[in-house]
Amino acid sequence: MMETKGLRTEEFMVNMGPQHPSTHGVCKLVLKMDGELVKEIQPHVGYLHRSIEKIAENRTYAQIVPFTDRIDYCASMNSNHAYVEAVERMAEVEVPERAQYLRVIMAELNRIASHLLWLATFTIDLGAVTPFLYAFREREEIMDMFEMTCGQRLTYNYMKIGGVNWDIPKEFVPKAKQFLKILPGKVDEYEDLLTNNPILLYRTKGIGVLSSEKAIEYSASGPSIRASGVRWDIRKAEPYAVYDKFDFNIPVRYNGDVWDRYKIRLDEMRESAKIVEQAIDGLPEGDIAKKVPMTWKPKEGEVFCRIEAPRGEMAYHIISDGTNKPYRVKIRTGSFCNLQLLPAIATNHLIADLVAIFGSLDIVLPEVDR
Amino acid sequence: MLELDPIFDAISEWLASFLPPVVVTIVKGFGTAGVVLGVLSLFVLFFIWMERKVSAHMQQRLGPMRTGWHGALQTVADAVKLIQKEDLVPSDADRAVYFWAPVVCFAAALMAYLVIPFGEGLIVQDLNIGILYVIAITTFTVVSLLMAGWGSNNKWALLGGMRSAAQIVSYEVPLSMSLIGTIMIAESLSMITIVESQSGPFWNWFVFRQPIGFIVYFIAATAEANRTPFDIPEAEQELVAGFNVEYSGMKFAMFFLAEFINMFTISALAVTLFFGGWMAPFPFLDFIPSWIWFLAKAFTSVFVLMWFRWTYPRIRVDQLMGFAWKFLLPLAFLNIILTGIGIYIF
Repeated sequence: MMETKGLRTEEFMVNMGPQHPSTHGVCKLVLKMDGELVKEIQPHVGYLHRSIEKIAENRTYAQIVPFTDRIDYCASMNSNHAYVEAVERMAEVEVPERAQYLRVIMAELNRIASHLLWLATFTIDLGAVTPFLYAFREREEIMDMFEMTCGQRLTYNYMKIGGVNWDIPKEFVPKAKQFLKILPGKVDEYEDLLTNNPILLYRTKGIGVLSSEKAIEYSASGPSIRASGVRWDIRKAEPYAVYDKFDFNIPVRYNGDVWDRYKIRLDEMRESAKIVEQAIDGLPEGDIAKKVPMTWKPKEGEVFCRIEAPRGEMAYHIISDGTNKPYRVKIRTGSFCNLQLLPAIATNHLIADLVAIFGSLDIVLPEVDR
Repeated sequence: MLELDPIFDAISEWLASFLPPVVVTIVKGFGTAGVVLGVLSLFVLFFIWMERKVSAHMQQRLGPMRTGWHGALQTVADAVKLIQKEDLVPSDADRAVYFWAPVVCFAAALMAYLVIPFGEGLIVQDLNIGILYVIAITTFTVVSLLMAGWGSNNKWALLGGMRSAAQIVSYEVPLSMSLIGTIMIAESLSMITIVESQSGPFWNWFVFRQPIGFIVYFIAATAEANRTPFDIPEAEQELVAGFNVEYSGMKFAMFFLAEFINMFTISALAVTLFFGGWMAPFPFLDFIPSWIWFLAKAFTSVFVLMWFRWTYPRIRVDQLMGFAWKFLLPLAFLNIILTGIGIYIF
């Protein structure tokens, strides 16, 4: 700090949130500031705690699925997928191949939607309002596809134990193909507007650097760890559903700054589009679900199963005691682990950078608090 | 013709025919102030609607559509709403400072219009130090923003006020320097003389003789008016709303009006100093009244400012300072030197 004779300066505490435009939900950051410089960050979470884990102990396995929608509302399909995958693995339920393909299609479309939403809010964090609506324009198409399939636009309740609830209508495939055809062009459009913009470059390059060692130490996951040079994606590392049948890349970048976390999500959108395209082309005929009785009781057992959600690993640890309700459900989410990174990488940055870093980590608060 | 100047002359002659000179002066003073205030309020109403429509169409939306033709009455509805709002004062606020901040802001924004020529002869008072006056008076805005930030007794507001102080004081320097080249060529500080020295076809406008000066002026002026990408004093993603976070109702509306008036001020100045003021681009187009030319140019400039806002992300506070002192200021000095050499040679 600059020493000025006769002038007294002091650090002050600021509550950033729970009501603040760029905390992406209800998160409170207690900041210790030296002027514009953030010296200390303490995230306070728990404002959105709905005790989904405890509720799950009093519901049958099938009744838990709608609750999983509410964990990460920006990527409900992925939340569904993580839960049903875990239960099926525990109870060794065979899932028809068509259902597996439909799950992959929906999960990847939702990943694109989620990244579009991220792009929209991230650019707003940087002060650019227009790309927000550009991204929402494309997200709308995906929402339409989900709506025509399961009647919902945000919380889908699409997957069930043993398969999926509804088959896709016949308009779905042409619409999806049309969308996949225009998506790469639209991503290029965002890049035109943002990537080559010097202001964005200055705001993001070298800001909030996360080293690969630190990323592993804090058990970060998702795009945040891949932007730090760690090739870690559950879809490749521990393939679930039918991901081993598709040809796609895992984008990795090596600087770990806000810029890399921005670029990597744009790349992931393109890769997800490839997966959906292949899945639609190879979509097999057949049943969409295996019959599972209403009073279904899995045998005693325990499972830990994780999938790659848009915001990192989403894992379910389920213990069954042989009744129709689980004994314990533990949910591990990517946002919760990634939020811990914030004090580690955003300290000693300006407050404007803090907002950019917080945006780049892509935290969804309901996922943090469950 | 449709020139407005004779109308005002006729009114003042008519007043002088039955009133003593002192009363005529007072009536004229209040009358002109009222006219300027009325015209500016109308412009601001239009600009707020225009900003909404411009942003909407850039973002592939429609914007307001239901109140009036294409939402033209939306701003009126908003104004009515703002008047009805409760006037909240934070409990620990410095009441006097808190109250006067929006007044100072609004007054400072308005006072610049003393010397801005809206058309041939349409100027309130042609001061022989016109430019100096405008530069001096617009700086008062910073006092009001600092007052608002300090008086609200809110940490976010204080941060916003401090930011605006740092920003406006920094950008004041390149802004003033960028105008020196124009003054050197026109050999006057009076607005009327500056416009008249740009007469003739459009290549006589100073923007073609002072391109660097214009670029520096326009960037610095954007920062002065707190428009994106330099809107850091009210960066809502960082400081919630900056200096005006605690203001509600009409006090907030005054800041809001002042912001749009400032936007028109910098556009009007740009037109006066660099785009030939009320002059038509070609002499044969002179049959169109001068005030229409002036407004057309100024509104185009306002549109460009809006275009900036809906295209760019926001710059960071330290980059903003660096940009002013390390890039704009040397460029402005370079412009002065080049202008000096040019005048010496020709």
